[in-house]
Amino acid sequence: MGISSRLKKFKTEIGPTVKEMKFMITRMKKSPLSMVGVAMLLFFVAVALLAPVLAPVPEGQTDPYRVPREGYLAEPKPPSEKHPFGTTPWQFDLYYGVIWGTRTAFRIGLIVVLSALAIGLSIGTIAGYYGGVIDELMMRFTDIIWAFPNLILCMALVSVLGPTLDSIILALTIVGWPTYARVIRGEILKVREEDYVEAAKAVGCSDFRVIFKHVLPNSIYSILIMASLDIGAIVLTAAALMFLGLGPPSGYADWGQMISFSRGWIYASPSNPWGYWWTWTIPGVFIFIFVLAWNLLGDAVRDIFDPTLRRR
Amino acid sequence: MGLRAYIVRRTLLVIPTLIGVTLLVFAVVQVLTPEQRAALYVTSEKEARDIEEIIEKYRLRDPVYIQYFHWMEQILRGNLGYNMKSPRGPVLDIILRRAPASAELCMFAAPIIVILGIYLGVKSAVHRDKLIDHVTRTTSIIGWSLPSFWLGILLLAIFYAGFGLFPPGRLRPDLQYFVFSPASGWNSYTGLYTIDGLLNGRPDITFDALKHLVLPVMSLTIQIIAMLVRIMRSSMLESLSKGYIVTARAKGLSQSEVINKHARRNALIPVITLSGMLIAGLVTGVVITETIFNYPGLGQFAAHAALPPPSMPAVLGFALFTGVIFILANLIVDIVYAYIDPRIRLG
Repeated sequence: MGISSRLKKFKTEIGPTVKEMKFMITRMKKSPLSMVGVAMLLFFVAVALLAPVLAPVPEGQTDPYRVPREGYLAEPKPPSEKHPFGTTPWQFDLYYGVIWGTRTAFRIGLIVVLSALAIGLSIGTIAGYYGGVIDELMMRFTDIIWAFPNLILCMALVSVLGPTLDSIILALTIVGWPTYARVIRGEILKVREEDYVEAAKAVGCSDFRVIFKHVLPNSIYSILIMASLDIGAIVLTAAALMFLGLGPPSGYADWGQMISFSRGWIYASPSNPWGYWWTWTIPGVFIFIFVLAWNLLGDAVRDIFDPTLRRR
Repeated sequence: MGLRAYIVRRTLLVIPTLIGVTLLVFAVVQVLTPEQRAALYVTSEKEARDIEEIIEKYRLRDPVYIQYFHWMEQILRGNLGYNMKSPRGPVLDIILRRAPASAELCMFAAPIIVILGIYLGVKSAVHRDKLIDHVTRTTSIIGWSLPSFWLGILLLAIFYAGFGLFPPGRLRPDLQYFVFSPASGWNSYTGLYTIDGLLNGRPDITFDALKHLVLPVMSLTIQIIAMLVRIMRSSMLESLSKGYIVTARAKGLSQSEVINKHARRNALIPVITLSGMLIAGLVTGVVITETIFNYPGLGQFAAHAALPPPSMPAVLGFALFTGVIFILANLIVDIVYAYIDPRIRLG
């Protein structure tokens, strides 16, 4: 096969996907709110990528996620030249904390979504394609996981596994994968009955080939998008766990922990009740905008993907 | 299949899930050493001194399935272990003692969520793309994105710190002391201070309890209302585009009849299936809200117990308790759903 005919084949294969992408982007451009969401997310991506430039790691420190502190005084210090966002109670640098906290947020979100997807996709595919005992077991396990509110189950898991970031990530993955497994299972049940799958089997394709070449490509997109939009909610649950004090020991660069520091400092004095405003506003604004960005984006994307609202 | 047969079948399906929930909690426990697990069986401080005896008694070094049966036996007897952190005591006792406080919080939060959520959702859909729709949508996406732990802090900062209104806690200290002291003659009929205050002829206690409930209820409801408004709006929009609405209008029914009798009733059906999500939001919210407002309910107890070093019996007992409550709540939701929508039980 010559280069040009290969290119042609590639174009016809990729054509519908590109068309779909173009359609999505035009639709998103029409919705200003989703563009605001995209802009906010790009801001956070930039902050996360540029963290070492924006907030250089102090010399001699090996772990960049440890927030530098200046003494052990309980009373927080207001924003100054040295500490642009002030210090938290017990003197952690708030600016450093929220900047590197952005990285923590993305790290948690991406690792949890990717691992939950990997587990969910493999188990869901096997369950949907083969059915039988595996399917039944998976469905029952999902029922059990869904019998608990997410945060409660995560609380129990993290307290057993120990208060570290890894336990939080592990707990969120355990709680998260069954949803993806169920969705992909449903998709596969739909696709499995299609004529082209029958045809592929009749020609003698192996199960492996049928799954990877014919079934998955036709069912995977919706779940990939759904999963990536979950990042906001995952980061929120992780921050809630950290807020409750179930995360790594104090001084880890994380928004939830930064907010939990401020709990005793909401009320300053009768003459100046909001005397420590920076401790409870700044980290809160960061996490709020982050979650808002994902929700704005998710809203628009869900509208675009809703077949009943499409192309009218 | 009639409604009764559906209810029986759906109720029977709860049993395997309940067993599954205990299996999951038990599996989680297996991460711990026998010495740590012993804490789950202890019933008093005296017993806690001889861990080896507990390990022996409940056969904690035996194969897993034998342990599971011994553990289940204890659970069914109501022994969820002993909490060595404050408040000390058998876990089930503490849970039952603290449940009314959380129930009181939910008793006020739930109707507010349902009424406001549905009302605003319908309003927004009926006046689609009008000013009220834009305002409701923008507010709800903001409310939905507000992390509950930050919202609680903001409310405290504004109302308590800023204006000196609505203090944290459950009652003013002197009233709390009065309620707790055995000599005061206070009868705890329901455990809900707002109701007991009236029954005891102490409206001042009811009033003070209400004052303490304002902020927690706000912090608990705002996010869930925002979620419900969004669900209700899209469900209502779909219902409004259906043929039966055109028919109703063609018959010459008034706008309010079309909306209240034809559109809204049908729009509520899919919302009921999602109420499990709302209940989960409420349970999760209780843990965070009670922690922020220092409100002595179940959630605060669980959050305190989970702090490292955790009190395993308390954390797992609470998880088990919420799991059971949540399963039962979903059972009721499903039955209500089948009652309202015959397609479910007949299909």
